[in-house]
Amino acid sequence: MSDPNAVAVAEAPSTAPRSLAGDAWLDLRTRKIFWIAAVLVVVVLLMAVWPSLFTSADPRDCLLARKNAGAGGGALFGYDFQGCDVYAKTVYGARDSILVGVTATLIAGVIGLVVGLVAGYFGRWVDALLSRFVDIVLAVPFILAAIVLARRLSSNPESNGIVAVIVTLGVLGWTTAARVMRSAVISAKNQDYVAAARMLGASPARLMLRHILPNAISPFIVVLTVLLGINIAGEATLSYLGVGLKGDAISWGLAIADAGPYARTAAAPLVWPSVFLAATVLAFIMLGDAIRDAFDPKLR
Amino acid sequence: MFRYIVRRLLQMVLTFFGATFVVYALMFANIDDPFQALVGDRPLTDTQRAALNAQYHLDDGFLTQYWHYVTGLLTGDFGRSLTGRSIGEMLAQAWPVTIRLALLAIVIASVIAVGAGVLAGLRRGGAFDTVTLVLTLIVLAMPIVVLAPLAQLVFGIQLGWFPPTATRDANLYQLLLPALVLGTLVVATELRVTRASVAENLRADYVRTARAKGLAPKRVVGVHVLRNSLIPVITLIGVDIGVLMSGAVVTEGVFNIPGVGFNLLRGIRTEDGPLVVGFVSVLVIVFLVINLIVDLLYAALDPRIRYE
Repeated sequence: MSDPNAVAVAEAPSTAPRSLAGDAWLDLRTRKIFWIAAVLVVVVLLMAVWPSLFTSADPRDCLLARKNAGAGGGALFGYDFQGCDVYAKTVYGARDSILVGVTATLIAGVIGLVVGLVAGYFGRWVDALLSRFVDIVLAVPFILAAIVLARRLSSNPESNGIVAVIVTLGVLGWTTAARVMRSAVISAKNQDYVAAARMLGASPARLMLRHILPNAISPFIVVLTVLLGINIAGEATLSYLGVGLKGDAISWGLAIADAGPYARTAAAPLVWPSVFLAATVLAFIMLGDAIRDAFDPKLR
Repeated sequence: MFRYIVRRLLQMVLTFFGATFVVYALMFANIDDPFQALVGDRPLTDTQRAALNAQYHLDDGFLTQYWHYVTGLLTGDFGRSLTGRSIGEMLAQAWPVTIRLALLAIVIASVIAVGAGVLAGLRRGGAFDTVTLVLTLIVLAMPIVVLAPLAQLVFGIQLGWFPPTATRDANLYQLLLPALVLGTLVVATELRVTRASVAENLRADYVRTARAKGLAPKRVVGVHVLRNSLIPVITLIGVDIGVLMSGAVVTEGVFNIPGVGFNLLRGIRTEDGPLVVGFVSVLVIVFLVINLIVDLLYAALDPRIRYE
């Protein structure tokens, strides 16, 4: 206490300037909803990377003798109509769902980033052209376009359709991200520091990547977080409709589609993949919500 | 206004050709032998080929085929599906039940969304607001593929409150459960927009003026706030119609309703190209027209918005 240096050190963090991200992190740390979402996401990611951590059963070890058997004998949720362990299938289903969600979101993110950045920065006819293009993509209802595209891409009977689903969701899902990026870029490019950098002779690429992008990226990341959830649901929808994953793939959407006709006799194979799917989507949407709130200075 | 409508119509034409062209290309391009694909495994004689060509123009280049298709479409001829049925007729049979389903879903969703949204917006941060926010979050996270089979299982089969399937001439009661499921697609966003715009408008100057004049709180909220808050909601409802048409594919599949989505799904599963292209084209047109109407309505509702 008597040492003046100790006081100075203790006070230093509150006086040091913090970045927007630093502020946001301090805000996020206090939010219950963020932690719930983060724990859910970590659990699902673990499940995707390391399913044997959660179950020792083999999801492909199916015995018709156990058809629709109830819980017990090591199977937490019982067995489905083919005698497969529902819990093991649900755990292993996380991998393809997450894989599709993450890669499709990355594709959509890259397209959205480039289109939004270019349209917002250059403006004029480039913007008009790209914006009309976005309008056209948006004019076709998403599922209709996805069904037709996925069907076309997955014509190869050998594959389990995962590439087709990823490409479909990625190619069709970037529009919102592009719009958000565009408007963030437009508001960032008129700031004084961008004008200063331009005056110093920075090239358009440097202006875009070093000065505008870092200040326009946070709403974009929020959109991508939510899009990740939407894409996971999209995989399930396409698989459910019969144009998504197929063959020996294991995914929540496939499990829901398979269990549907037998729901009257055995509800567990329908209910559990549904619960896992909804919880995962919910986690990503909550995460996006929490991050948006933290990054929005108006709400503080 | 007139110039705006003309510009929008021109844009619609462009979008329509873009969308139908892409769908047409995806369904029909790069088929090795389209004649063989038409008849399956049976051998095909030259005369049969000629007859099929006269009907389907399959020997022509891709662009010529597309041209044949579009001219047919513009004169109201949708062609025939691979099963030989007239697609126009199938559409006419499938539309009514889909429209009823979608309208019912919109009505249910907007009544819930506006009612709960206004209440939540008036008391932001209150218990009701918190509960509705959590509920909308959960609803947002429930894709139709999850919700529809579960709702059918719980309310249709186990509790038996609603019929688990519906027919072509289903009555309101039979369509209620599918419409509720379909409505969840849009109710959460509509509710959140209503809540946000009510909360924002409560702080507006004109509300303070109305209060200062001594108007009853009921009138301030019911007339002044509500009227201005509903404008973004109405636009959203228009956009939602596209979402609902997409959602109808899954909902109709689960509940076995023989509407547009159900037929479309069957067409995709049986590789019925003409059927898919016909149905998708019509859905795109409907979607575009509704969006135009909503945008025009927007200007009519809000005098501050002027299209030059």
